[in-house]
Amino acid sequence: MSEFLWVIIESTIKAVIILTLIMLVYGALGVYLERKISAWIQNRIGPNRVGPFGLLQPFADVLKLFLKEDLVPTAANPTFHRLAPIITLGVAVAVYAVIPFGDYVTIAGRNIQLGLAPNANIAILFVLAMTSVGVYGITLGGWSSNNKYSLLGALRSTAQMISYELSMGLALVGVLMVAGTLSINQIVIQQSNYHWNIIYQPLGFILFLVAAFAETNRAPFDLPEAEPELVGGYNTEYSGMKFGMFFLAEYANMGTSSAIMVLLYFGGWQTLVPGGWFGFEPGSIGLALLQFVSFFIKIEIMVLFFIWVRWSVPRFRYDQLMNLGWKVLLPLAIANVAGTGIVSLLLK
Amino acid sequence: MNKVANTEAQRMNFWERLYIPEIARGLGLTFIEMFKPRVTRQYPEVRWEPQGSYRGRPVLVNEDDGERCVACGLCSRVCPALAIEVQASETDRIKERYPVKFEINMLRCIFCGFCEEVCPEEAIVMSKEYDIVFQTTDEAILGKENLLKPVSELQDRLEFLRQWK
Repeated sequence: MSEFLWVIIESTIKAVIILTLIMLVYGALGVYLERKISAWIQNRIGPNRVGPFGLLQPFADVLKLFLKEDLVPTAANPTFHRLAPIITLGVAVAVYAVIPFGDYVTIAGRNIQLGLAPNANIAILFVLAMTSVGVYGITLGGWSSNNKYSLLGALRSTAQMISYELSMGLALVGVLMVAGTLSINQIVIQQSNYHWNIIYQPLGFILFLVAAFAETNRAPFDLPEAEPELVGGYNTEYSGMKFGMFFLAEYANMGTSSAIMVLLYFGGWQTLVPGGWFGFEPGSIGLALLQFVSFFIKIEIMVLFFIWVRWSVPRFRYDQLMNLGWKVLLPLAIANVAGTGIVSLLLK
Repeated sequence: MNKVANTEAQRMNFWERLYIPEIARGLGLTFIEMFKPRVTRQYPEVRWEPQGSYRGRPVLVNEDDGERCVACGLCSRVCPALAIEVQASETDRIKERYPVKFEINMLRCIFCGFCEEVCPEEAIVMSKEYDIVFQTTDEAILGKENLLKPVSELQDRLEFLRQWK
């Protein structure tokens, strides 16, 4: 019984820490970086008034969102209208249940995993399932708003997700064939000594990257939002913190995709410099910290890339998007799977 | 149906069709832009100084011995937005007439500069002030105390008028 209690306490603490981390790192830092980098690319300065270097700008933004009126259109379906942002954000956060932030720490003889369930043996399936559910939030939000622009955005989102989930899943199959396991932590452990999967799966990585852009509704695939065409897409009728939840979910999704890419292709929490340089023992807090920081740096580099692409590449037309998804990415993904299979069979 | 050929797409060569190299080129372009000098001006701290040709808030020229205005009322007459109200009175000075009341409603003013153009005394000119702020409608109606400005501050504009008017 005490063991059971201990597990619950441990998980609760971890969940609180991870949630805070997501809100701070992806919500606040993500928004800050997005605004700053977009400004730099456009030869502007960006937020620099609130706090040092404008670092408190995201908090001011969120405060503003909290103080805004929470509108539900008369013609909208209030239940689903309220439910939609909760689904979107909840699902975006739920993925972090299986993401390992480091190996393990030994405290008082217990090996504490850094992550809620990093060794779950269906982790990748869970991630794929959860990111797919995310589209329900967007679709429900667009449909329940009873606004034609919202509905169009939601429809686009659905079609886009279906088209790109296939190539995303198939791109992952390549990694799974190399790794031979679905557990994310196992995949990361296999990538030790800088044998990162990107070396074995370069094409798979590019496919996954493109699909991830579409999956997270980021430019150049931000058709569900498409401000110039659809006003605001699925979130046109949202205001206040409900809009904030959609907003946060977008950044959380970006972070999730970056995290998955880092975990599967760039060695996850494997340290950027060997832990032996600092004399860290496996299981020590120092090594765990180093792993966490390495993981964080890798994720941030991916997030920066996401932002960089958003402010460089114009939005796709809808037919171009579908052409790319079905006629280019899907055949390439299948070819990648076949090629991986043949090569691994020959090397056996 | 009139089918329009997508000529731009047809003109692309193989590498452009591959799309990835072109995206990399675009990313490189934006990356270089990140390190170029910024064009933003930090407004309240760093202010823009307009040229003499700038038409800002209209003001009355104030010389050492009082305002130039003789309250002829031409500005009020010509004002297309009906923003100016002048009331004349008499003094003991050589210039006998002076405006006892001169009001410009800045909510009506359209900064056209007709008042300045029509003024026979060069008494009302457009200043360089561009940040005009008020919180009530009463504040927006500027009286003589707000309109009079020493001639030394308006040299740029007066020089411009002498040259180009």
